[in-house]
Amino acid sequence: MTPLLSVSNLRVGFGRNPLENEVVRGVSFDLQAGETLAVVGESGSGKSVTALSINRLVDFGGGKIISGAVNLTRTDNSVLDLAEAAEPVLEKIRGSEIGMIFQEPMTSLNPVLTIGRQIEESFRLHRGLTGRQATAAAKDALDRVRIPDAARRLKYTPNQLSGGMLQRVMIATALACNPRLLIADEPTTALDVTVQAQIMALLGELKRETGTAMIFITHDIGLVAGIADKVMVMQAGEAVEQGTLGDVLDRPQHPYTRHLLSAVPHFESGRAARSDYVRGQIKEAKPALKVDGLTVRFKVAGSVFRRSPGAVHAVENVDFDLMPRETLAIVGESGSGKSTTARAILGLVRPTRGGFSTHSGRIAAATDPSVQMVFQNPYASLNPRLRIDSILAEPVIAAGGRVNAETRARMAALLKRVGLPENCLERYPHQFSGGQRQRLCIARALMLNPSIVVLDEAVSALDVSVQAKVLELLADLQREYGLAYLFVSHDMAVVERIAHRIAVLYAGEIVEIGDAASVLSNPQHSYTKRLISAVPSIDRRNQHFELDTRQVPSLVRPPGFEPPATQWRSFGPDHRARAEA
Amino acid sequence: MLRAIFSHPSGRIGGTIVVIYVVVALLGMFDVTPHSPLQQYRIDRLHAPNMIYWMGTDLFGRDVASRLMKGVGQSFFVGFCSVTLATFAGTVLGLTAAWFGKAWDGLVMRIMDVLLAFPAILLALLIIAIAGPGTWTSIAAIAIVYTPIFTRVVRGPALSIKAREFVDAARTFGSSRSYILTRHLLLNLVAPLTVQVTLALAWSLLTEAGLSFLGLGTQPPASSLGLMLADSRNLMETAPWLLIFPALAIMISILGFNLLGDALRDILDPRTRRSAA
Repeated sequence: MTPLLSVSNLRVGFGRNPLENEVVRGVSFDLQAGETLAVVGESGSGKSVTALSINRLVDFGGGKIISGAVNLTRTDNSVLDLAEAAEPVLEKIRGSEIGMIFQEPMTSLNPVLTIGRQIEESFRLHRGLTGRQATAAAKDALDRVRIPDAARRLKYTPNQLSGGMLQRVMIATALACNPRLLIADEPTTALDVTVQAQIMALLGELKRETGTAMIFITHDIGLVAGIADKVMVMQAGEAVEQGTLGDVLDRPQHPYTRHLLSAVPHFESGRAARSDYVRGQIKEAKPALKVDGLTVRFKVAGSVFRRSPGAVHAVENVDFDLMPRETLAIVGESGSGKSTTARAILGLVRPTRGGFSTHSGRIAAATDPSVQMVFQNPYASLNPRLRIDSILAEPVIAAGGRVNAETRARMAALLKRVGLPENCLERYPHQFSGGQRQRLCIARALMLNPSIVVLDEAVSALDVSVQAKVLELLADLQREYGLAYLFVSHDMAVVERIAHRIAVLYAGEIVEIGDAASVLSNPQHSYTKRLISAVPSIDRRNQHFELDTRQVPSLVRPPGFEPPATQWRSFGPDHRARAEA
Repeated sequence: MLRAIFSHPSGRIGGTIVVIYVVVALLGMFDVTPHSPLQQYRIDRLHAPNMIYWMGTDLFGRDVASRLMKGVGQSFFVGFCSVTLATFAGTVLGLTAAWFGKAWDGLVMRIMDVLLAFPAILLALLIIAIAGPGTWTSIAAIAIVYTPIFTRVVRGPALSIKAREFVDAARTFGSSRSYILTRHLLLNLVAPLTVQVTLALAWSLLTEAGLSFLGLGTQPPASSLGLMLADSRNLMETAPWLLIFPALAIMISILGFNLLGDALRDILDPRTRRSAA
């Protein structure tokens, strides 16, 4: 049987001289009809370029296929080499025979057209449907991706739908003409875990229903286990290993695959939680940070003609304390208020009510040198125009200190401690990789000898294998300097590696808090359960994610609204959850 | 930076023109001219260009080449002073508008909108009509006319940089407002400002020439390019050199600054920057 798609010795280069800037160096694979191939690799491994070369979208990004063949078996059983095909032929194939889903659903849809129109376009172009027929087909397409109330949703514009809904719309568009091959380029990376689980479930169901073959590109090897039949691991433009799912995950041959599988944080339901700090070991220790009834509300703007409809209750009555040498992870999905909590503690957002105190006393001023922060995006949190020595000197200058030999010695020592060469003081941020920049941010946060470091999604923007190293560094620094960490994250696998305690935030409120191992292995609140069951894991092979179209409730409350007092239920010495009605 | 400008095709032409002009302007300002710009050679009135009078003489027998150098010096002086003032005022207004926001932003930007609503030359005329003609009033007038453009050029990017994480990071250290405004915001605005300054110089030269042409800028007997054009109007047919040389001088200077500005935009914009790494 001829395979649906056969790629042989594909080489792709970029720029004026493609031979010198080769990004994909001789990749070959076969894909049978109905099969799913997962392409796994870190950023820059050439996984996306390989996929984009199949439908030749790579041409639009300045890429050029140097050699190799991409043979697609078409519906009429003729074989076409896509690497040689002319643009008009490719235009017919894209959409009708090869569908594609991109990473960022918010930007892959045109914001000024209704989603109905955008789905209809595919039917109009490839099936020649017009008017009512096209609308009816679009409604069916939305029904197929399980969007409730499809007929009404056709008239929505993209800004009226959530990220998960938009990705469903993208999938509906990609599948509109029943393509025999679907290319999904990191389709769930921009989405929350529970939404990711829903999209994965949907893709799995659609695959079974339609028999579409799929190329699934991802950096998350945990996600692969849930959906793939075959896996191809890419590194530096080469396919270093390929085989069936079981072979690659259980009997990896290539050292890079083994490295990916061992270095990358996998979720292990609390078994991998840290145990180097237990509460109550040191008697009468004073907490490093105590947060008391923290509430942040943003007033929704009204106008001259309309009263303000109320306020967004972003953070509602959050209490916790944090001991020295302890890591408290705040987990939750986008909109849960976890970042707002962190920003309020740093004085970047003014709390409506409640407050916090460090061991040095109540934080009165907006900034306190004993609390420092590391931000999510290492590319945005360093001023590109300043040299590293100026960047590291800034906290010292801000605290009223002088940049003298002692400060420079501290800079050099800290750089060495975070694993960067000393000579980088004279360099600029763009000369460093993402992981190195995040190390710089950590060094900067440590310049003032803080007792608390707030890490806001500090490893989320990094490649998976870099993540593991940065987490290791953070744990070492914690032991060495006796730091307390407030670790804000959405990634349960990362949280499991770094946290001693976990607070789960949902819709601005803590729904469950306690010892990491206990919360992760024995979640009590229904939301925590849902969150944990959505986390992909290499142990969960071809699992069936449940389809769940529940939406996060709106946080806008009428003026003067006060939430009812919370009832807590205790499950063990250090584990409690909000009682549910 | 200089190497980058001179390896860019339009930067090479623009840069060369600007360098030549600056030299000519400096010579003119310090009276290093072939003849005295005010000396009247009565016998040689309206003499066509020759080896002695490179660009001919005017109605009073004054050497056009010398007057042209003096005029370029005068125009550049007005241009540089007014653009410097406009850059300073616009940067301060734009930065503070972006940083403080709210009522201050609204007030500043609405005033700038009002100023922008007038055509540049008309607004300059209005200011001079109130303050009276002269070199310093034309500098002030041109500065006021171009301030709104700088305010806008600074405010937009400043707003987006303000929301970047490194500014948040600076706030968590407790960095002072002036430190954040200068080191984090202003330093990242150097590229768009450089481009804008170069382009504004071209416009200010044109505005200055226009004002002098109308008799509201530089006052005779001092010379400026606009004034020379105005004087040549009636003699266009008998002595075309009186018109041609100042007109060419204005045109080429603006061309030079525009080409240089385009080149700078390409060089400083990371999206069009060719990978040098």
